[in-house]
Amino acid sequence: MNPFLVITYILSVTSFLCLIRIVRGPTHFDRLIGLNLMVLNITVIIAAQAVYYQRYVYFDVALVYAILGYISVIAISKYLTGRELHK
Amino acid sequence: MIIIANLFIGSGLFFMVFGVLGLLIFPDLYTRLHPAGKAGTAGVLSIFVGLIIYSGFTPLSLRIILIALFIVITSPVASHAIARGAIESGIKPWEANKK
Repeated sequence: MNPFLVITYILSVTSFLCLIRIVRGPTHFDRLIGLNLMVLNITVIIAAQAVYYQRYVYFDVALVYAILGYISVIAISKYLTGRELHK
Repeated sequence: MIIIANLFIGSGLFFMVFGVLGLLIFPDLYTRLHPAGKAGTAGVLSIFVGLIIYSGFTPLSLRIILIALFIVITSPVASHAIARGAIESGIKPWEANKK
């Protein structure tokens, strides 16, 4: 069995499970943790597909996706710091 | 060589799957942050090492190394920012047998 397809299938299932945590997290920071892990999962999926199809363009997509996920997590956590929204 | 790459990819998938399971079943924000950080660095890095061994020394593997370096630098920073924001906005850590 092709290992790139195994990576794609298993990480699709785990990113869906992260989506469950995003939907039913009790606080906003739980949703942020789920978002961070889901971005990493999808980055690994894109990199595996790029190695499988030998396309260089997908690596730029993966790098930009990782940068955008990091910046969004930092910005949202800075925005939520010090606000008692969880009560 | 392919066996070594498959070993790295298998261990990375192990870390990712159990990190996401811990993210689902742990009781608190701070305990959930722990498996998420482990899956974010260890799992992603070992899958990337497996992909590098697969693709050999090509421009493709240089780009994988670039993405891996970026994730190594930024994933602990993101986890630390989430934990700091949570503890400054007053979320109490979970304790067993507290009730």
